[in-house]
Amino acid sequence: MSMILSEEQVLLQDSAREFIKDQSPVSLLRQLRDEKDDFGYSKELWSYMTEMGWAGINIPEKYDGLDFGFKGLGIIMEEAGRTLTASPLLSTVVLGANSIVLGGSDEQKSTILPKVASGDCILALAVDEGPHHDPENISVEAKKTDTGYLLNGTKQFVIDGHIADYFIVAARISDQAGSLTGLSLLLVDKETSGIHIDRLSMVDGRNSANVTFDNVSLGASALLGEEKNGGDLLYKVLDLGRIALAAEMLGTMQQAFDTILAYLKERKQFGKLIGSFQALQHRAAIMFSDIELCKSVVMAALTAVETNSDDLAQLASLAKATVNDAYHQISNEAIQMHGGIGMTDEFDIGFYLKRARIAEVTLGSSSYHRRRYANLNGY
Amino acid sequence: MTDLNEFQQEVRTWLEVNCPASMRTPMVADEVTIGGRDTTFKNPDTKLWLERMGNKGWTAPTWPKKYGGGGLSPQETNILKQELKRIKARVPMISFGLWMIGPVLLEYGTEEQKQEHLPKIVRGEISWCQGYSEPGYGSDLAGLQTRAVEDGEDYIINGQKVWTSYADKCDWIYALVRTNTEVKHGGITMILFDMASTGVSTRPIKLISGLSSFCETFFDDVRVPKKNVVGEVNDGWAVSNRLLQFERENISADVFASDEVFDVRKIAKDYCSGSDGKVSDPLVRDSLSKILMKDHALKLTFKRVMEGTKAGSSTGSTSSIFKFIGAELNKDRYEFAIDAMGQQGMGWEGKAFTPYQLDVAHEWLRSKANSIEGGTTEINLNVIAKRVLGLRDS
Repeated sequence: MSMILSEEQVLLQDSAREFIKDQSPVSLLRQLRDEKDDFGYSKELWSYMTEMGWAGINIPEKYDGLDFGFKGLGIIMEEAGRTLTASPLLSTVVLGANSIVLGGSDEQKSTILPKVASGDCILALAVDEGPHHDPENISVEAKKTDTGYLLNGTKQFVIDGHIADYFIVAARISDQAGSLTGLSLLLVDKETSGIHIDRLSMVDGRNSANVTFDNVSLGASALLGEEKNGGDLLYKVLDLGRIALAAEMLGTMQQAFDTILAYLKERKQFGKLIGSFQALQHRAAIMFSDIELCKSVVMAALTAVETNSDDLAQLASLAKATVNDAYHQISNEAIQMHGGIGMTDEFDIGFYLKRARIAEVTLGSSSYHRRRYANLNGY
Repeated sequence: MTDLNEFQQEVRTWLEVNCPASMRTPMVADEVTIGGRDTTFKNPDTKLWLERMGNKGWTAPTWPKKYGGGGLSPQETNILKQELKRIKARVPMISFGLWMIGPVLLEYGTEEQKQEHLPKIVRGEISWCQGYSEPGYGSDLAGLQTRAVEDGEDYIINGQKVWTSYADKCDWIYALVRTNTEVKHGGITMILFDMASTGVSTRPIKLISGLSSFCETFFDDVRVPKKNVVGEVNDGWAVSNRLLQFERENISADVFASDEVFDVRKIAKDYCSGSDGKVSDPLVRDSLSKILMKDHALKLTFKRVMEGTKAGSSTGSTSSIFKFIGAELNKDRYEFAIDAMGQQGMGWEGKAFTPYQLDVAHEWLRSKANSIEGGTTEINLNVIAKRVLGLRDS
């Protein structure tokens, strides 16, 4: 119902913003990239985040989490997005932990969730099998055996795939590829034999990997949720991921816009501030208006998660598509309005462009979500 | 909470009894009313519905009861809106009084002005038009030249206004006039007068759509009492900007983001669907999603800003953002409609076209004014750039 933050949520936002500004400047991502860091995120930063309870923010108290609610997570994602913070928030806290909270058995929950909450366990959801997000056409197969499952196939662009302790793999147990039924989610320990991981180097400097499962033998206890009915669980988790990622992107685009605005008020040409030129003023005003719409769709989607609304899927697609398009535009303007300096590696704004394109296609491009919105609305 | 539940029950029962059946069908263009002294009703139910809602004060649900309003809290107003929406009730009237001058009088008006004008606005007895733009002063509104010269207890007004909506049908006007020629913004005053006053004449302007909802309005020695000034003399620019905020907000909320605007989804299904009932051309489908999603996002933004305002957080010049986005969205909607309908949506007149198809064609043309009237898109972008983003001209 509420489209504005509660007092408690505002406090969280203030402390998150302060923390991110101090502890996670863009220079940290630059350093990880330049040093080709083995982990792709700062373990020190992650331990601070964990101390504040962020790793367990969506985990029930019973499993050592904070149980603060999804809006709280959205607030953190947005603030972390401002400085392009590289961390396991999306892979582990949003997609991983929620898969287990929503679908896991008591044993799976008690084995894994406390370790996630203490920051000692990285999870990776393995869904995509090609360059485009296409969860409706999963073909990686888990064949039923006497003792469990035999997993075969390759997952691509798995976020934090090279550092994951566990994979949550969306696999087909029955039916043809393209069918919406017959899917299951399987919890796979990275130590299981037959797993090959290729870390990918992406333009945004953030973690991604291709993961091949070659006759990986799993016990029956690897199953998350019900066999062959994993589709609903998967789609729910993907929607949570889309909404949380949209929140992150909202933070990122606002920071990019603030950077643009500061430059318009500082850079002079022809003896005048370039922000006095109407050609730039109007474009800035359009970007600002787009951000206002983005704030609303993200807030509505976060609220829908907390109220378990029937509109969740629709609002997730609305949020992701709206934010995608606005961030796309702002990331391009960010370079153009900075002129030559925007093209230099030394200046941070390029990082915002590079992150934009990866974030846009992650968990569904705009055209994917407009198609989905059409399907959900019956036209 | 129980009080609100009771209120909801009360509203539901009242609407059940008082909203005529034909007022629960989609609005038809020639049954729209703006109220006023001489108005005639094609459908007698329109009159009945307006009278009943007006007497209840529910045409202006949030206005105080002593001025004829509903005296409802924001929560109650929401419930009323939901219940009206639930039965698909038509808006009782289109009213500049309700949208624009009423809210301004509540803030700036004298007690006498409020008592005289507000109840008649609520009940639709007096209709209002807006005297802002002049032939040489549209976007550069503050340059306006219509003069008001003091004469005892009155002002004598001379000049010309243009783009006065429904001036030929309206009873009263709120006009911006120049009371000081030395300074530009600081020489403007807002004043109210009866359109039946001696010296007022109007001439409808025929638009590209073939419709004539706008007029040229002429003032020739019109005598208006000084007590009809709204706010302070020479402070009309501030008053007029407040009114423009109401105009931009209300047009955006009630017109561009209304559920009553025509249904582009149905048009796409009627004209572009394949055998499975879905839109067959993926590009048309994508365009439709863009429009519906923008509309959805805009509605959520109204909701967010409304809740923020209630909670006391300032949101800046949101009216310009709403007006800019709403106007562009509405133009896109009509472009989509005629594209989806093809030439069947571009008929001018005649029996080869349904009344609905002809409406779409004419409204498509009419929609081009959306980003001109009430502040052009460019002016609204200027407002955002300067007042919100702090980008200056020097």
